[in-house]
Amino acid sequence: MASTAATKSNDLVSRSGLRYRKIRDRIVETFLLAAGLVAVFTTLAIVVILLTESAAFFDHVSLKDFLTDTMWTPLFADAHYGILPLVAGTLTTTIVALIVAVPVGTIIAIYLSEFASHRLRETVKPILELLGAVPTVVYGYFALTAVTPLLQMLMPELPGFNMLSAGLVIGLMIVPYVASVSEDAMRAVPRYMREGSYAMGATRLQTALRVVVPGAFSGLAAAFILGISRAVGETMVVAIAAGMQPNFTFDPREQAATITAYIVQVSLGDLPHGSIGYQSIFAAGLVLMLITLIFNVIGFSLTRKFREAY
Amino acid sequence: MIDTTSTRGTPESTLRNEEPARQPPAGVAAPRVSIAVDDTRQSRAITSVKAQVENLNFYYGQNRALKNLSIPIADKQVTALIGPSGCGKSTFLRCFNRMHDLQPDTRYEGSITLHPDNINLVGSGIDPIEVRMRIGMVFQKPNPFPKTIFENVAYGLRLRGVRNRATLAEEVEKALRGAALWDEVKDRLQDSALALSGGQMQRLCIARALATTPEILLFDEPTSALDPIATAKIEELISTLRDQVTVLIVTHNMQQAARVSDYTAFMYLGELIEFDEAAKIFTNPSKKATEDYITGRYG
Amino acid sequence: MATANVPDYLNPDSIRTGLSRRKMLDQVFVIVGLVLMFACLGILAVLFMNLVLDGSERFGWDFFTNFPSRRAERAGILGAWVGTSLIMLVTAFCAVPVGVAAAIYLEEYAPKNWFTAIIEINVTNLAGVPSIVYGLLALGLFVYQFGLGQSIAAAGLTLALLILPIVIVATRESIRAVPKSIREAAYGLGATRWEVTKDHVLPYSTGGILTGMILGLSRAIGETAPIITIGALSFIAFLPSSPITSEFPFISFQWLSDPFTAMPIQMFNWVSRPDQAFQANAAAAGAILLGMTLLMNAVAIWIRYRFRKKINW
Repeated sequence: MASTAATKSNDLVSRSGLRYRKIRDRIVETFLLAAGLVAVFTTLAIVVILLTESAAFFDHVSLKDFLTDTMWTPLFADAHYGILPLVAGTLTTTIVALIVAVPVGTIIAIYLSEFASHRLRETVKPILELLGAVPTVVYGYFALTAVTPLLQMLMPELPGFNMLSAGLVIGLMIVPYVASVSEDAMRAVPRYMREGSYAMGATRLQTALRVVVPGAFSGLAAAFILGISRAVGETMVVAIAAGMQPNFTFDPREQAATITAYIVQVSLGDLPHGSIGYQSIFAAGLVLMLITLIFNVIGFSLTRKFREAY
Repeated sequence: MIDTTSTRGTPESTLRNEEPARQPPAGVAAPRVSIAVDDTRQSRAITSVKAQVENLNFYYGQNRALKNLSIPIADKQVTALIGPSGCGKSTFLRCFNRMHDLQPDTRYEGSITLHPDNINLVGSGIDPIEVRMRIGMVFQKPNPFPKTIFENVAYGLRLRGVRNRATLAEEVEKALRGAALWDEVKDRLQDSALALSGGQMQRLCIARALATTPEILLFDEPTSALDPIATAKIEELISTLRDQVTVLIVTHNMQQAARVSDYTAFMYLGELIEFDEAAKIFTNPSKKATEDYITGRYG
Repeated sequence: MATANVPDYLNPDSIRTGLSRRKMLDQVFVIVGLVLMFACLGILAVLFMNLVLDGSERFGWDFFTNFPSRRAERAGILGAWVGTSLIMLVTAFCAVPVGVAAAIYLEEYAPKNWFTAIIEINVTNLAGVPSIVYGLLALGLFVYQFGLGQSIAAAGLTLALLILPIVIVATRESIRAVPKSIREAAYGLGATRWEVTKDHVLPYSTGGILTGMILGLSRAIGETAPIITIGALSFIAFLPSSPITSEFPFISFQWLSDPFTAMPIQMFNWVSRPDQAFQANAAAAGAILLGMTLLMNAVAIWIRYRFRKKINW
């Protein structure tokens, strides 16, 4: 290299110092990469653990029984391993939650994005997000001790544990999430589209409903789907307020266990490592993971779509 | 109507049909050369070359942004790069301290030989960080760090391992004086640099670059974000800097190039159209395209 | 009269009545929106008041210094708050460095290729994994494979993995807010990538990183499901061993492997008791837990606001 022979014209450039700095850079980069890989390993570990324990479970239980049997009683002497009652419970609470969260979340999002002043929006949004930060066990207490008695005043025959109360509270819990993703999507709709509508003499509400909402449709869909995923994975509210007895029903007034509540119920007991009961919570977890994964993948690809659209 | 059609011509087609960019005279490659000039005019020949650009090509992926540039950079002189937006003048400037290496998928061909070491700044065996430690740069928008004025200027020295407080203080003062900022800030060196005015910030950035005694100082449209008074100060400063450092400046303002530079290169579409001393470029350019540009016919 | 031939929708009178109806609908929507919004905020207030009122008879010094008991009025949260504090210590100690480092890697170092894309997809997906699945991961991996048992270390690590995506996303956002021109200035002076990161990018994004850290911890502090899954005992009438000892080397890590209880677990335990008297204990614990969460969120919002004001590029 020519440089080695030449005289150095700048004594502040120390080559040995530079070599040290570059080596330090490489070492740091390796550490940073390792930290990034933690995320990958976590996913891998989740998949491996769920699959291996579930595989042991399916050595004892046929997939057909798992998917078609309408009883879930792994801890009883007369053991049945049909996931359907747990899925039914999960679906029912999720649907009740969506009936609350979708309209309320969307209306709040439209209001914040199209009607509210900048100041009101910036003040309300963080407070609204606090609703999503409340510990779920607190929501469970609220559902059991406040919402259920209130509902019992309207429906006297409602049992103490019921999916209606749990679902309503989960709905409340995911309102801020649905509202925030929807609002992002609506704010991504460019101003010229709104101006086009206003120029025709449309009111704010007409512009919001006929131009902004259709324009942000994929984002709204993403908000609902990600909301579903959260409702499906919610644990403590259902474990506390909806009861832990598997019950194959779609009637929200009844009590029933969800997939998550079953996992909690088994964990509270003292099950030996490697028993079929122990393995069954991993099989249940696998089903839960698959359901949420599907919704998440659809949801995230939709959010990417609305970010690219304009 | 004023008769402009005859002189206007068609600059675009003129440029496209031009023979390849003028190559420098044969002698330029050597460290000591003199450019052939019209002897009837007062002129300064290049007596000492700080850097020699030879057949430089630069690629963004497949896109060839610079085409066969060859140009000498005179030692302790100001060389200006002018040309319309997108002509590649900033791209060319950034080759000198390898800023392009921060982006993926970029590639250099040819050489920029730095004298007297004779190292090729864009050679693959040369560390871009070493290049940046020797070639300073001042950017379009003033970009001081959100630290104190003192820490801004001292940063380059700290990177180079200078720890001694007295040395740091001395070098910082020297750099601030060199950037004509010392008198304005000497009582508030510990204040945040973000409290300075735009013009002061830019002079601070110049001081920050000067503190490490660079061999070449690059300016990328340094006054485009400043008001006319601040601009005048920076221009005056650049003229005085020529005593201590080789300056390469990109500007879209032709009056500025004419005021501050000793040599001027006119670029268009990634090619060098004409390189000569500033006085000649701005009074008697030899290329039609250069003339069209400096008289404001396009660009 | 011309109006006779004009279709009804162009008749000025019907335009006016139509318009006033449309404007009425606008007003109605504004009212509905405001009502729903304030209803949500109102419920938050009701929730908190409900807990405070239900638990009012339990608040007192004894509640913080007593262990759980079979008698509701004597049962306290000593084991729970000590356990929660120690778990948070482990969680913060693991999640913050790893999360910040991963964020730096993704923003400053990672080349744009399939490998980086895989890491990014993983971070996004982990944010959507239900918390109880983290509990199953911890049960299979930390408790049995690594043999950590039902310990503070296992719980802390589980919650660290859970909040990792939150820390990563918040850090990336604040790193991205540092303008490119600042990086160029530092690179232009000959700084290496790490020097640019540690001297400039990190110091200027401290606010965002702190916010992310506090929000992550506020999420972790209330998480119940994953800790129940790893099998935390609910009735614990002793404290983990002290981290400070009287003998050399004065610091002990024995507490990491001790069994524990935590605030949300304790609350869940009381909620699920049939005895009504324990509901007051649950409410009091819930009020403290919710108060902590709200406080942490408020601090995070305040920090974000302060730093946004301080550095104005």
